[in-house]
Amino acid sequence: MKPGSEEYRRRAGRNVALALTLAGLVVLFFVVTIVKLKSGMS
Amino acid sequence: MSDLVAFDERVANLDAAAVDDTAAVVRRTAPTVSDYVALLKPRVMSLVVFTGVVGMAVAPGNLHPVLAFVALLCIAIGAGASGAINMWYDADIDAAMARTKGRPIPQGRILPGEALGFGVWLALASVAMMGLVVNVAAAGLLALTIGFYIFVYTMWLKRRTPQNIVIGGAAGAFPPMIGWAAVTGDVSLYSVLMFAIIFMWTPPHFWALALFRCGDYARVGVPMLPVVAGPRETRRQIVIYSVLLAPLVVSPWALGYAGALYGIGSVVLGAIFLGLAWRVWRDQDETGATRGTDRPAKQLFAYSILYLFLVFALMAVEHWVGLVK
Repeated sequence: MKPGSEEYRRRAGRNVALALTLAGLVVLFFVVTIVKLKSGMS
Repeated sequence: MSDLVAFDERVANLDAAAVDDTAAVVRRTAPTVSDYVALLKPRVMSLVVFTGVVGMAVAPGNLHPVLAFVALLCIAIGAGASGAINMWYDADIDAAMARTKGRPIPQGRILPGEALGFGVWLALASVAMMGLVVNVAAAGLLALTIGFYIFVYTMWLKRRTPQNIVIGGAAGAFPPMIGWAAVTGDVSLYSVLMFAIIFMWTPPHFWALALFRCGDYARVGVPMLPVVAGPRETRRQIVIYSVLLAPLVVSPWALGYAGALYGIGSVVLGAIFLGLAWRVWRDQDETGATRGTDRPAKQLFAYSILYLFLVFALMAVEHWVGLVK
């Protein structure tokens, strides 16, 4: 697979989507943890 | 029953080229992100999420917005996972139907095993996240919905009986119950009514589509009602289910769960639904075939989507503007 080829471009797109999904989940789990902790304290 | 036996014989004599079990087991093109999105059936997912939102909106009690977002995300991912596993199982017939042959697996962009793995992991993740973040009742209903769609509808009923979408329709009817359970942690009569409305809506909605897509289903051996029992019986069943659906949709108002806005709206919308169903019945010659181009069936199919959307929107709007408590 050569850089710049169609297959390379598609793999790069999938990798970016996966990275964004994982980053989104990290943020989501952090926020959920804060919300759960707050509701447990009140 | 004899119709079903005759249909089975026709299916047994199908040209092998029509349904090719070995289709697309070799990758032809590398998949893109949009191919994985297509596996999740985003259009079906949008209606599922919408009815889930309404279930949450009308439920008594409060759910933190972040937890509500997680609940909706889980419902969406669970619905998408069901779609991906359905596409894995139905890849052979999808390749032979005009409506579905452009999907990622028949096109050779995603391998069947990849779709299965993708769907199974998403299903497990959505149920686990719902259980850990929201509550066990909502997670249990989500697991039931996914299991019902895959095992009961896709694997058991779809290729065996013309009642496939009647019973299988339950899978699409669960989301408002899941939304309700996410807020309250239980199941109540109102959430069961919302389930019943979608359950009763599904047959006339799909049979209207099947009337003008009948050739596709017949070619791949899916015993949709028009294929097995003929268009005349299908038109009769559409009218019967529409007559049962209209008062059921009004019942939340009659039972005091919804206000006058919903009551009047559901009566008017139901009358239009019945009018269109009646036009589908009238649009037939002595053999039951359409007199023209199946326009009434196409109109009923399109209106049925709008109808469900408006009925559920009315339920939510009344709660949001404070017309009902």
